[in-house]
Amino acid sequence: MRDVPTPLVLLRGGEKVFPPPGPSGRPVHALGPLDLELRRGEFFAVVGPSGCGKSTLLELIAGLSTASRGEVAFEGRPIRGEIPDGVGVVFQEDASFPWLTVRDNIAFGLKRLPLPADEKTRRIERALAMMGLASFAASYPAQLSGGMRQRVCIARTLVTEPKLILLDEPFGALDQQTRLLMGDEVLNLWRKTGATVFLITHALDEAAMLADRIGVMSARPGRLIDVVETGWPRDRDSRIVEEEAFGAITARLWRSLRAESMKSLGHAGAAA
Amino acid sequence: MSRFITGPFRNALTLLVGLLVLWQALYWVVGDVALRSPLQTAAFMGRFMTSPQFLPHLAETGRAFGLALVLAVAIGLSIGFSLGLNRFMSDVFEPVLVAVYSIPKITLYPILLLAFGLGISAKVAFGAIHGIIPIALFTMAAVRSVRKVYLKTGRVLRLPPTEAILRIVLPAAMPEIFAGLRIGFSLTLIGTLLGEMFASQRGLGFLLMNAIGLHNVDLIMGLTVLLAGFAGVASAVLLSLNKRLQART
Repeated sequence: MRDVPTPLVLLRGGEKVFPPPGPSGRPVHALGPLDLELRRGEFFAVVGPSGCGKSTLLELIAGLSTASRGEVAFEGRPIRGEIPDGVGVVFQEDASFPWLTVRDNIAFGLKRLPLPADEKTRRIERALAMMGLASFAASYPAQLSGGMRQRVCIARTLVTEPKLILLDEPFGALDQQTRLLMGDEVLNLWRKTGATVFLITHALDEAAMLADRIGVMSARPGRLIDVVETGWPRDRDSRIVEEEAFGAITARLWRSLRAESMKSLGHAGAAA
Repeated sequence: MSRFITGPFRNALTLLVGLLVLWQALYWVVGDVALRSPLQTAAFMGRFMTSPQFLPHLAETGRAFGLALVLAVAIGLSIGFSLGLNRFMSDVFEPVLVAVYSIPKITLYPILLLAFGLGISAKVAFGAIHGIIPIALFTMAAVRSVRKVYLKTGRVLRLPPTEAILRIVLPAAMPEIFAGLRIGFSLTLIGTLLGEMFASQRGLGFLLMNAIGLHNVDLIMGLTVLLAGFAGVASAVLLSLNKRLQART
């Protein structure tokens, strides 16, 4: 019998239903039922129409919220509303703390870890260097651009050396060129750290360029309707957008998504 | 030399000179019955502040105000934090606080006097009730408006709740809390002085009331300038700290 390694994250029949927003409202079925497996070391991206529950899915995996039905497990252990050790999250909104310098923001990630001081310093220096922030260590976030602030948040996650990095549209607020370059940096740190990366994005090209596998979600309640294997080599960068296969992948993603996006915009008839 | 006199310092100087000119002009119009000139007041203050009766009164007011401020800040912050961190509690108690805030607090003074007696405690209590509610309201709003993504970050980094409050909520809310503290500071000072003016036998407020009774214009003017100067300087210092806090966000 072949030894099958346990997946890093396993989601079985995961569903999320939010309570009614007002006394007269109905419960909101945001997500699922949904099955998902994240393999160790892979780069998995999720695309889907807006409001389909992508962020809800990320919060379930992160342990930030609890599934209404079904089960989520990290390294074989079920997650029930508590954040497992070894998970780092970078949010779409700027989450850098404006009252701390770049260095202190990054050091904040290590507050709860029982590490010797010199190990902490080593990790902070490495994260500063890796994210190109070394010369801004003493600056405050207000003095930095949006892209730089997002790097601070990534660096704050990196110092904890997570096994799983969850990225919730981290480049959503950035311009296209910066996004491509940030994509390269994420690929780079994914290779260097060996972590599993789970990326949520609304940009099909970003998903096609970065991921090993891409999950396509339906309109709300979000379910996985397709999983696309890109087959890129591990050693890749943003120049793969020139490859022929890149166009084919993006086209396939759009084929799966077009009808769902229309549904989420309210074009019920046009979906057929 | 002139390059040292720049920005806020120059503005403050202009304001001060303007006020002095206005005061002098008013004195010329109204005359000796109701006012003293800036120079006369300064000369009187020089004599009065070196007299042996001044320091005990100043100390009494200082002590009462200090205690009232400590109480107002401690109680205001506790109320603000407990309401701000709990949506249900703040929905229930915010209207209550606002209603209580709109009561003219002087009407409560007789009750406070009965409860605390004529000593320092009544003044402290009266000063504190002026400061508590604005500090609580500002703190509550500040805590409630802390961005959710900061709190999520705290959870992802597995900070226990107390540490998340100390290391994330408090610094994130600080600029707004500070604005509340600034207003609480001036209202507590007003409350303490009012307390001294209406039922007390010591303190600057008592001296002022006495001076009014004796029509001692020198003393009225002197004390008014002293108190206004103190409040003005303190407020300017707090405001500049506030601006520095806000500049970072």
